[in-house]
Amino acid sequence: MATSLNPTYFIFLSAALFAIGVYGVIAKKNIIAVLVSIEMMLAAVNINLVAFNKFFTPEAFIGQIFAIFVVTVAAVEIGLGLALAIALVRKRGTTNLDDFDWLKW
Amino acid sequence: MHIDYSLLSTEIALAILGLIVFTLGLTLPSRSTNRGLGAFAIFGLLIVLGITVSFWGTQAELLAGMYLIDNFSVFFKILALVAAILIVFGTMSYANNNLSRQLEYYSTIIFATLGMIIMISAGDFITLYIGLELMTVSFIILVAFRKTDGHSLEAGIKYLILAGVSSAVLLYGLSLIYGATGTVYILELAELVTAGTISPLLVFGLVLLVAGFGFKISAAPFHMWAPDVYEGAPTPITAYLAVGSKAASFAILVRVFVGGLAGMQEQWATLLAVLAAISILLGNLVAIPQTNIKRMLAYSSIAQAGYIMVGLLTASPEGIKGVMFYAFIYLFATIGAFVVVCAVYEKTKSDEIASYAGLSQRSPLAAAVMLISLLSMAGIPPLAGFVGKFYLFTTITDNFMWLVYIGLIMSMVSVYYYLRVALVMYRDEPTDPTPIKMGAAVNVTLIIAMVATLVLGIYPTPLSELSNIAAQSFFTW
Repeated sequence: MATSLNPTYFIFLSAALFAIGVYGVIAKKNIIAVLVSIEMMLAAVNINLVAFNKFFTPEAFIGQIFAIFVVTVAAVEIGLGLALAIALVRKRGTTNLDDFDWLKW
Repeated sequence: MHIDYSLLSTEIALAILGLIVFTLGLTLPSRSTNRGLGAFAIFGLLIVLGITVSFWGTQAELLAGMYLIDNFSVFFKILALVAAILIVFGTMSYANNNLSRQLEYYSTIIFATLGMIIMISAGDFITLYIGLELMTVSFIILVAFRKTDGHSLEAGIKYLILAGVSSAVLLYGLSLIYGATGTVYILELAELVTAGTISPLLVFGLVLLVAGFGFKISAAPFHMWAPDVYEGAPTPITAYLAVGSKAASFAILVRVFVGGLAGMQEQWATLLAVLAAISILLGNLVAIPQTNIKRMLAYSSIAQAGYIMVGLLTASPEGIKGVMFYAFIYLFATIGAFVVVCAVYEKTKSDEIASYAGLSQRSPLAAAVMLISLLSMAGIPPLAGFVGKFYLFTTITDNFMWLVYIGLIMSMVSVYYYLRVALVMYRDEPTDPTPIKMGAAVNVTLIIAMVATLVLGIYPTPLSELSNIAAQSFFTW
């Protein structure tokens, strides 16, 4: 199937998304926001994988399979992150990362 | 397609063991069976270890190169299993007394081991990622295991966030390498990278890969999670993180860089040399002012990661042999030290170095093992650490002489903070002179760690030859 798109667009899109994710992880103070930022970084990875699959190895589906694994494992990680966030709110009464200073950073 | 499942018997046996231990933990009445569950887990792990040892000498690939079995991977699998067995065995009484509900404790340790083993044998990026995440997710659960303790939870969330970010960075690097070469198989990658030209995409992916793996092996400047997590986690888990997680990450680091990206060695060798130098400098210097022994050991483990990374720089069998030899002796030194930390914590409820005052009078064995482990990490002859460092640093005398000097000077610096602990243990009078009673299991683990460290230092030839054979098999693909 011919397309007028070229891989450069996707590389830049995913790089931008990845950079926003990195910024979010560094700048945000709330655990939930940080978890969302990590998800954005993983979404950037998936865009890369699927786009590269389409443009460079259209006969094999390795990239798409990889993307499915990434989505699945990301869900596991977020589930664990939310569970920890709930436990922390119960125990320490906050989701602000700046308050977690019992161990020296 | 024909798949020879017998090649996977280590992994299948370990997965079954994990599920059995999990089910037993759920169904048996909890109070009385804690100890039995730990003993059962050790028994199962010993059987799996036996199966793994029987694979020594096998060289095979599964699923068109997605899974590689060679002496190199068998060596690291044995290392991971020995670490799991010694840690579960040596810290069983700590787990009984300090972890309230532990029905999933042993099974999660087994699943973490399974993750390491899959990662060690991974032949493509997908398997690598699955193994890595199985290990990481299990470790997050274990780090936050004392869920009524704010410290443990805080360590857990810090580990989760930094592990999540590092996985994302690593994956982004892997996706760029996939884009640049069109393959996810490490062996295919090796052919493509040697033959083809090196694109900017590939170099960028490589840099992200170094950052992602840097987190996992806790190399500076990606080390910031290590001290906090090591301090907050239950001590057996700290020990397993320091030994197992690091060794498995080094195995896959060797597989990807020396196995897959050998054609780009001049690009990554300098990068890794700089990381190794920063790790050695920062780990040893920041360890000096620490007052908590787990934090001190965390910084020392950052420095050890720097030493081990030296072995990768030449991408030669000698270097890989050094990595494997050092990883194995580091196992015994670290487990010796952390089992003593567990035993002392049970009595004093403190991890501060000050609470080790007069340990030589309260428990001569614990003090002796701690001393020998620390001196081995510092690299004092005739202990094993000296031989390990010798193997590692002799490989780089031609190209990276400056790194050899940094390593030597910083080893001398490290003696200072290691001996500070020895001074507190042997010189100071104990505040509470009652002897520390350790169970038979702890004593046996300590003696194994001590004897291994001493014997491998005086007579390193057998292990050295084994790691040599394993390193050779790595290059015959």
